[in-house]
Amino acid sequence: MKMLMAVSGALFVFYVLVHMYGNLKIFAGVEAFNEYAEHLRTLFTPFLPDGGFLWLFRVVLIAALVVHAWAAFYLWSRARGARTTRYVAKAAARATLKSTMMRWGGVAILLFLVWHLLQFTIVKFNVGSLQAEGNPGLLVISTFQVWWVVLLYLLALVALGLHLYHGVWSATQTLGWAGSAAARRRAKTLGLIIALVTSVGFALPPLAILFGLVKGI
Amino acid sequence: MNFTLKIWRQAGSTTKGEMVTYPVADISEDMSFLEMLDVLNEQLNARGEEPIAFDSDCREGICGMCGLMISGKAHGPEVTTTCQLHMRSFSDGDEITVEPWRADAFPVIKDLVVDRSSLDRIIQAGGFISANTGSAPEAHSVPVPKAKADRSFMAAACIGCGACVAACPNASGMLFMGAKITHLGELPQGQPERDARVVSMVNQHDDEGFGGCTNIGECSSACPKEIPLDVINQLNRDLRGALMRGE
Repeated sequence: MKMLMAVSGALFVFYVLVHMYGNLKIFAGVEAFNEYAEHLRTLFTPFLPDGGFLWLFRVVLIAALVVHAWAAFYLWSRARGARTTRYVAKAAARATLKSTMMRWGGVAILLFLVWHLLQFTIVKFNVGSLQAEGNPGLLVISTFQVWWVVLLYLLALVALGLHLYHGVWSATQTLGWAGSAAARRRAKTLGLIIALVTSVGFALPPLAILFGLVKGI
Repeated sequence: MNFTLKIWRQAGSTTKGEMVTYPVADISEDMSFLEMLDVLNEQLNARGEEPIAFDSDCREGICGMCGLMISGKAHGPEVTTTCQLHMRSFSDGDEITVEPWRADAFPVIKDLVVDRSSLDRIIQAGGFISANTGSAPEAHSVPVPKAKADRSFMAAACIGCGACVAACPNASGMLFMGAKITHLGELPQGQPERDARVVSMVNQHDDEGFGGCTNIGECSSACPKEIPLDVINQLNRDLRGALMRGE
């Protein structure tokens, strides 16, 4: 069960890195961003139908999400069942925010994901002021000119960063790859680097747009 | 020294328990935590009240019998067993809460005494090597590299007190189990049953109602024998290998 957790989590690590890289295209301008979005749909055509690769990718992600969430809730309920009488006093020796917030942080990220998909993939509603019908690059710019959207995204990125930091190191431990003190340090450092690269990389475009560095028109 | 103790009292395994406050006075700082409880029990006896039940045996930190949750920390503030914890580790006038280990796999028998047979059943499921009885074989006939012998011995230092389970937010017994897996897995004698051992111990662990590890590290911090988290890594690695080999 925990191995399913680790492997499906690793898929997401790979995905968020690719996604983060794609987002940075906005710095190359709206044109480049739209071209990239279009390219994702036509990748491997005519071998695959239009949007075929994108859907294959999505199916894998959805499967991983189902497995990850199902395993999380299964393990969560088992852990709750393992101590039905709570301590009156319990002090933490070294539990930290990132390790104790894995579960609630995961739920927060899931809620954010729903909002994020509605906003940019399914409904594509526009909370900003720019005309962005059928233009994903402009929709992004229009959206992140609104301060509270940026704030929401930054909060989600903090949750994602903490989740990745503990998750990456935890997965190496669950898969049995952190056998020595040195390997454990390396795994933790890797977790920290992936967490920082991802959350900072994701945070750059919204911040740049909010502060007017990327205007679009 | 004077203390205010808040102690979990529970008359039996099926009765409801509650926290009861007891003041204790004139405690020597050189007393161990258990000796301090002995003093309190003598006073309770003299007053005709039921003394507080708690486990202890060797009182020199090697048997693993004692174990109390002291102000939210397994075995209290020092890295040692409850019997080797001395009152000088506290300040005069402290309020100290004393609770039994809390895990559904460790049902309370009375007051601060819990039933840890679930750990024994995990060992029975695979924490052994099968050897013919008779006279001991010549020790040098099976060479063991020094590094492996050291790591095995480090893991074998586990005294089975249950502090790892008590401290774990998930009430997981994986540090305990990992210690035994590492202890036997590092030695040549442990190899024939290595795959079967890890699978049946993990199954027994889950059946007993322990939780799973989320790699927080509370167990290792609470362990009086300072067993490191990498025994859990060893456990996971052995389990992955055994499942892949179709055990």
